[in-house]
Amino acid sequence: MTALPPPSARKLGLVIDLDTCVGCQACVTACKGWNDQGAGAPLSDMNAYGSEPCGTFLNRVHSYETQPVEGPAEVVNFPRSCLHCENAPCVTVCPTGASFKRAEDGIVLVNEDACIGCGLCAWACPYGARELDAAAGVMKKCTLCVDRIYNETLPEEDRVPACVRTCPTGARHFGDLGDPESAVSRLVAERGGYDLMPGMETKPVNKYLPPRRKGAAAAGPLDPLVDLEARGVAGWLDRILGAF
Amino acid sequence: MHPAPSVIVFSVLSGAGFGLLAFLALGLPIVLGTDALLLWGAGYALAVTGLVASTFHLGNPRRALKAYTQWRTSWLSREAWAATGTLVLLAPVALAAVFGVPMPAHFGIVGTVLALLTVFSTAQIYAQLATVPRWNHGSVPAIFLVFSLAGGAILAGAQIPAAVLTVLLAPLLVWSFRDGDTRFARRGETLQSATGLGPDPRVLAQAHTAPNYLMREMIFRVGRKHSRRLRIIAVLCAAVLPAAITLFVPPIPPVRVGAFLIHLMGAFAQRWLFFAEAEHVVGLYYGAR
Repeated sequence: MTALPPPSARKLGLVIDLDTCVGCQACVTACKGWNDQGAGAPLSDMNAYGSEPCGTFLNRVHSYETQPVEGPAEVVNFPRSCLHCENAPCVTVCPTGASFKRAEDGIVLVNEDACIGCGLCAWACPYGARELDAAAGVMKKCTLCVDRIYNETLPEEDRVPACVRTCPTGARHFGDLGDPESAVSRLVAERGGYDLMPGMETKPVNKYLPPRRKGAAAAGPLDPLVDLEARGVAGWLDRILGAF
Repeated sequence: MHPAPSVIVFSVLSGAGFGLLAFLALGLPIVLGTDALLLWGAGYALAVTGLVASTFHLGNPRRALKAYTQWRTSWLSREAWAATGTLVLLAPVALAAVFGVPMPAHFGIVGTVLALLTVFSTAQIYAQLATVPRWNHGSVPAIFLVFSLAGGAILAGAQIPAAVLTVLLAPLLVWSFRDGDTRFARRGETLQSATGLGPDPRVLAQAHTAPNYLMREMIFRVGRKHSRRLRIIAVLCAAVLPAAITLFVPPIPPVRVGAFLIHLMGAFAQRWLFFAEAEHVVGLYYGAR
């Protein structure tokens, strides 16, 4: 049933730290790897070795630059994947019931056996979290690695999403955002975690942590060159020309 | 948004087909025998051709029957029910007319309501999407309904409704084109609200080097440069010319078919623009709409 369940107490999701993300794309690769090599239908690539390869990914990392009012310009790497919204528009538009939100932990999933590949859920999502798998003809999206986090055959430390497990800088955190005492909730409170496009009223579970304010450098890297004093012939020319 | 031919053909032809069925069901005009076969046949042919075309854009059309299950929440599912309901309910009315025994007009009223509900549901599939500000507006169902009824009235030869609807369509279209141009800005989503970064972030490097499904489906810019000319074609062909023909030329069948074909050309132009000019907020992440 594609009606949304009442808000669950447990809200599993990710907290992404834009301060520490270095844009290495390891999470993209780990995500593709886990979802490609495990059980179930793989995430297909079309024309993978041709002139214009195109593939299905559940996670993408963009790079943006900003110029704060004070301080140096910043480059911010920005991972983008499903935010497992509480008020998920992708769920209610689905005509077949393939798209659903789990009542117990809030994970938004696609039942690929019921998906007709109409793409309406991708249209309804403001965040571009869903892509049509051109080979399978069904919609694919982040599962929050539901096949890892509850998997008791994996060692304890591996029971987190593949992107979180692989991140070399610890920029991705996984936990229960419904519990105000959880590590991720405290992190969000401390660092001022925020929602993407709050105006869309999707109430995302995933939060983003803003880049920390960087202090301006004491002296600009090129400052020593500005006051360079000309000596010798150049200095003589400098004085002569200055006299005119 | 990518103007997929299957969806354009579907919404234009089915729209006109259900509009024609709505008029015939009301007995405007009452037709019997061969006339009934031609007109009811045309209504069914347009509606069914459109519905078949709509399945071509599905990734898994074999499972299309599952689309009937979620009518409580999904406009696409409601559309499937309303369309099937209209076609089944009006079948005895159509057969009775073909065999020369007209059924009482009030029998068709339910069919008319269902036909209009089908077109309304189609429009709501688009109008419900907050992510596409140009579509997310109450005028979208109004335009779909006026298009549907105008096409139906022209073909049915219902002179007065056809004249009223086509005359109404012209200003409605002009206004919707112009108002639609500002809806994305009015919605207020920017790269800043999409990323939480600021002030005034800009794209430094794309997330991938080749276009993906999102870019092909949601970011469509080819041909927008012809939008002015296509808007004029849409208003002239869909509204102005058919209005002039209905008002000033006697409604003999060839004239009606001619006016209908001109109207369809305008409808195709309008529907192409409806998709090609619509901008999805996900484009913000790519610095392109």
